[in-house]
Amino acid sequence: MDVFSDPLNVDVYVTGFLWILRLTAAGAFFALVLGVVLAGMRVSPVPVLRGFGAAWVNIFRNTPLTLIVFFCYFGLYSTLGLSIVDDIDMNNFWLGVIGLAVYTAAFVCEAIRSGINTIPAGQAEAARAVGMSFLQTLTIIVLPQAGRAVIAPLGSIFIALCKNATIVGTIGLMESSNAMKELINANGDAVIPIFLVFAGTFAVVLIPTGYGFGWLANRLAVKR
Amino acid sequence: MSADAVLYDHPGPRAKIRNTVLTVVFGVLLLALLYWIYRQFDEKGQWAAPLWKPFLEASTWTDYILPGLQATLSAAAVAMVLSLAYGLIFAVGRLSDHWWLSVPSGVVVEFFRAVPLLLLMFFIFYGLPFITEQPMPPFWAVVIGLTLYNGSVLAEAFRAGIKAVPTGQSEAGYAIGMRKSQVMREILLPQAARAMLPVIVSQLVVLVKDTALGYIIGYTELLQNGVNTLAANFGNIVAAAIVAAIIYILVNAALTSLAGWLERRTRRQGRAPRKRTPLIEAGAGVGGGGA
Repeated sequence: MDVFSDPLNVDVYVTGFLWILRLTAAGAFFALVLGVVLAGMRVSPVPVLRGFGAAWVNIFRNTPLTLIVFFCYFGLYSTLGLSIVDDIDMNNFWLGVIGLAVYTAAFVCEAIRSGINTIPAGQAEAARAVGMSFLQTLTIIVLPQAGRAVIAPLGSIFIALCKNATIVGTIGLMESSNAMKELINANGDAVIPIFLVFAGTFAVVLIPTGYGFGWLANRLAVKR
Repeated sequence: MSADAVLYDHPGPRAKIRNTVLTVVFGVLLLALLYWIYRQFDEKGQWAAPLWKPFLEASTWTDYILPGLQATLSAAAVAMVLSLAYGLIFAVGRLSDHWWLSVPSGVVVEFFRAVPLLLLMFFIFYGLPFITEQPMPPFWAVVIGLTLYNGSVLAEAFRAGIKAVPTGQSEAGYAIGMRKSQVMREILLPQAARAMLPVIVSQLVVLVKDTALGYIIGYTELLQNGVNTLAANFGNIVAAAIVAAIIYILVNAALTSLAGWLERRTRRQGRAPRKRTPLIEAGAGVGGGGA
């Protein structure tokens, strides 16, 4: 483990994972908001909204994230001149967040839609019977119950998001996979320890997170 | 608005008006958004004919896009076959009664499921040559990475599928004197495989999408060949990316509908449990959301 006794290398490692952490946090927030809105659209009485939601899901769920992130950089930024902040790293970060959020929102939308399906029809019928509007039925009755049912699938979506955050490295952010590549190229004699440290960090964080979501899903499940 | 309208009442006169107003408002907003995007493209001259004209020429397709698509599909196909074998071995291994088989299988599966595919590919492509002292072809770096990751995902799916077969099936097998391996091979796996077919096809979608990671390590697949190289020659990166996205969407939508068809077919034949009436029309299965 000589590689990691050099403070410069440790710095590369820490910076890499800090980027992953930030990308995951920002991406998860925007993906969740967007995904819930899209799910609401997909079950709404207005055909245009349903069509928009369906088109979004079909387009972004079937396109590789690499292509989306690639397009965010070369399309939105280089060609169309969309610049969010002046700092190059932060600009790449936000372009990456756009790509991650837009992609992950499609999966969040589908997870919530299937969560809505786990609720007995009687719940929505009762809500309508007491005179609730569609928005009231959705936000007061259906979504709170669906939210508890989709914790496990949402958990695996966010874990996938965390792993997908490495793809933002394509557009030049020094996140963990680029950091590992740099360390490997500089220290060809310590390839295995470097890989084990980087991969191990992901494994040590994400495997317990996965079980944590499973436990939470079980605890919060609506017992029927 | 047919059977899926459990969430809202059948529209009366007021709701009809409101829905029409909302339709018009959002329709106009959507058109405004599309027009704004069109204007943005127009301002940067992205609709100029020279940028789009290459896609009308046969040579663009035969030189760039089709070889790229072929490379994408062949990597996905090889990785699929390998990850099916890998998934099968590790699923059975994890279900083994011997701890020295089930524990290592479990560790391997959990590890490769938790490691980002890109990190894995970087290690295989940049790291392994330092150890083996010979260059790693990008194709195999992509295929091995995809196999380890998707194989582990499939192993978990298979394990769930095998465990979902009613216990009476294996008990009946043991009762007529079958060995453990016979019960697994002749009773459990065939039934699990049939129920797992839609999951396997859905995983193929993830695989096709993940081959795009090969672009980062220089494998000349659709994104590298059909977007990067093509745009380097014609200067039309936005147009090329849009065309490539459409190709990916078409391929994956075809695979998704195949998975849906398989699922309906297995359900119709009573091999999977019937679902109770859903609140809304059921969506396609939610894949874990690979890259």
